[in-house]
Amino acid sequence: MSTTSTDSAADAAAMDPAVPVPDAAPQQPKQMLRERLAGLRGGDLGSLPVVIGLAVIVIVFQSLNSTFLNSFNLVNLCLQIAAVGIIATGVTLVLLLGEIDLSVGSVSGLAAAILAVLNVNEGLPPVVALLAAAAGGLVIGTIHGLVFTKLGVPSFIVTLAGLLVWQGAQLQVLGSQGTINLPPSGGLQQFGRFSYLADWQSYGLAVVLPVLFLAAKLATRSRRTRAGLPVGAVWVPVAQALLLLAVLLAVVAKLSIDRGVPWIFVVFVAILALVEYVLRRTRYGRAVFAVGGNIEAARRAGIKVDALRTSVFAIASMLAAVGGTVAAMRLGFANQSSGAADTLINAIAAAVIGGTSLFGGRSRMYSALLGALVIGAIANGLDLLNLSSALRYIITGTVLLLAVVIDALASRGRRSAGR
Amino acid sequence: MSADVLSTEPHTPPVGTSLLSLTGIQKRFGAVRALSDVDFEVRAGEVVALVGDNGAGKSTLVKVMSGAGPADEGSYRIEGREVSIGTPAAASAHGVATVFQDLAICDNLDVVANLFLGRELTRGVALDEPEMERRTVELLEQLSVKLPSVRIPMASLSGGQRQSVAIVRALLGSPKVVLLDEPTAALGVAQTAQVLNLVERLRERGLGVVLISHNMADVMAVADRAVVLRLGRVAGRFDMADVSREQLVATITGADTNVVSERAARVAGRSAAAPAGTEGNQA
Repeated sequence: MSTTSTDSAADAAAMDPAVPVPDAAPQQPKQMLRERLAGLRGGDLGSLPVVIGLAVIVIVFQSLNSTFLNSFNLVNLCLQIAAVGIIATGVTLVLLLGEIDLSVGSVSGLAAAILAVLNVNEGLPPVVALLAAAAGGLVIGTIHGLVFTKLGVPSFIVTLAGLLVWQGAQLQVLGSQGTINLPPSGGLQQFGRFSYLADWQSYGLAVVLPVLFLAAKLATRSRRTRAGLPVGAVWVPVAQALLLLAVLLAVVAKLSIDRGVPWIFVVFVAILALVEYVLRRTRYGRAVFAVGGNIEAARRAGIKVDALRTSVFAIASMLAAVGGTVAAMRLGFANQSSGAADTLINAIAAAVIGGTSLFGGRSRMYSALLGALVIGAIANGLDLLNLSSALRYIITGTVLLLAVVIDALASRGRRSAGR
Repeated sequence: MSADVLSTEPHTPPVGTSLLSLTGIQKRFGAVRALSDVDFEVRAGEVVALVGDNGAGKSTLVKVMSGAGPADEGSYRIEGREVSIGTPAAASAHGVATVFQDLAICDNLDVVANLFLGRELTRGVALDEPEMERRTVELLEQLSVKLPSVRIPMASLSGGQRQSVAIVRALLGSPKVVLLDEPTAALGVAQTAQVLNLVERLRERGLGVVLISHNMADVMAVADRAVVLRLGRVAGRFDMADVSREQLVATITGADTNVVSERAARVAGRSAAAPAGTEGNQA
C-alpha cells in the first residue's frame, strides 16, 4: 500500500535492479512527474478517470441548466450523496476482499423501516432507534459472513438471497401501513433535513483539517529521518496541505452562501475517513488487503481469514443500515420502496467508479466519496433537466459499465506492465 | 512483537551441530508406501540438497519436515531433542521455516507489507511504517538482496526478487532450518544466481538449508551434501566434493544399481556413492 509520501519512489529509473534499496532517491518534481507518467502507461490510472468524468459531467449539466452549480443545488447534492456514500463505503470493504454484497439496498431499506417503527410506532427516543437499526445491520452482516465462510456459499448467492429476504423483512416490519412519516419536528427529521454546520464550525474544519494533515505528514517525515530512511522534499506536504486548504475553503464558501454544510454530509465523510484510517493504517486493514490480494498467503501468515471475512460482511451491512437511516432522516419517511430501485446499483457504482477494483485488493483513497459525487451529480443533473427515470437508469448503468471497463483495462495494463 | 523475532544476528548453534534429524520415517497413502525408513539430517551451516525424480518422495519428505503432512512413524529431532511436529505452526515454533514453491505473496502489497504480513509492528493502533521499512532495508542489506524499492507492489518485481523476498520473509521468524522447495524453478540464469547467492549467505549465517531441486547445476553449485530419494527410499548420500553430476543422475534414475555401484565398490574407502540399504556408514 502506498501510505507515505515517498512510497511512489517506484519510477522507471528505480526499476533498474542494479540500484540498491538505500539509494532510492528523494522525490523531485521532475521525477514525480516521470513516475506519474510511467504509472499511467503501466495501467495505474489513479483518480484521473474519475476527475475527468466529474469535469465532463459538470460541464455538460452546467451548460444545459445554469442552476446546476449554484449553491442551493450543491447543498442539495451534499444531502443527496450522504446516504449512498455511506453504503458505498461498506461496499468498498467487501469489494476489497474480492467479494460482493448485493443485499445492501434491502438492508438499508429494512434499517429505515426499523428506525421509523421504533421511533414513531413504539415511541422510542431517536438515538435508541438509530442504534437498534445499526445493530440490526450488524447482525444481518454477521449472518451473511457466517453462511459465506462456514458453509462455503458464494457471497454472490448469500447476498442475493439476502436481497430478497431482507426486503421481505422490511415489508413485514412496516406492516399494513406502507409508509411511516417521521415527525417533522422530531429529532430525526430535524437532523437529516435541517441541520447544517454553523459558519464558524465549517470554516474552522476547513482550516483545522489541512493543519492536521500537515502535522501528520511532518511527523511521519521526521520519524523516517530518524530511522535513516529517505524522505521527500518538505515543500511537497506543505503544498498538498495548502491545496487541501484552498479546496475546503472554496467548498465551504460556496455552500455557506446557501444553507451551509449539511451535518449528514459531515457524518458520511467522518465515517469514510475512519474506514480509510482503519484500512490503511492498522493491522486489520492490512489483513483486509492481504486477503483480497492472496487469500492463501494471508492464511499462511497467520491471519484468521474466516473471522476477518465475516467481520467485513458485518461492517458492510452495518454501514448499509446506517446509510438507510440517513436516507430516511433526509426524506422524512420510511416506506416499502425505501432502499429499493437503484440504491444497490448506485452504491456499487459509486465504489467502483471511485476506484475500487472488482478483482479485490485494490482501492483508491476516498473512492466512495469521489464515486458518490459522480453518481450523485448525474442523478441531480438529470433531475434538474426533468428527464425521466428511464433515462437516469440507462445513464447510471452505462457509467457503471464504463467504470468497470476502465478497471478491467487498467488491471490488464498492470499485468502486461508486470504489476 | 519483540525485537528479537526480527533479530538478524546469527542465533544458531556452532557449525556442524545437528539441527534437524529424522530417523526411520515411514509414510503411507493408502496402499502406497510414499516413504519407507528414511533417515535425513541437516547440520548448522550446511546446504543439503534433496534430489530425486518425480514421485520419489521429495515432496512427501518436505511435508513431513514442514509439518504439513506428519509421518506415520519415525522420530523427528530438533537439536537432538525429540519433538512432535504435527502442524506448520509447530514446525515454525521449533525453528523450521518453509518457502513453498507457490511463494504465498500478496502481489497487491509492497515488499515491507509482505515481509511483515501477520506480524506487523504497531505504535498504538497504527502501523509503525518507518520502523518496518527501516528493518526491511537493514535485513535486505545484510543479505545483499537488491530490490528497486521496498515500497513497490510485489507484482512489479522479477521472479528472482520475489523468491528472494519470500526467503527473507522466512528468516524473520529466526528459524534454524530453512526448507526451500524448488527455489530456482522458472527463474532465468541471472535470477537463479541471485537466489543461489542468497542460499550461500544463509549458510554463512549458520543456518541449516534444505534445497529441494530438480536442477543438478544448482545442486552442484551450492550444496554441501546431497540426499537422493528413489521410490520412497534413500538411494544414496553424497558429499558434493567428491561426486560427479553423472553419478548423481545415475543414482536418481536408478542406473547406479549396476555399473556405478560396481565402480563404487572398486574405489571403496573413499567411496562416494553408496547403494541403497547401506547408507548407515555415510558421512
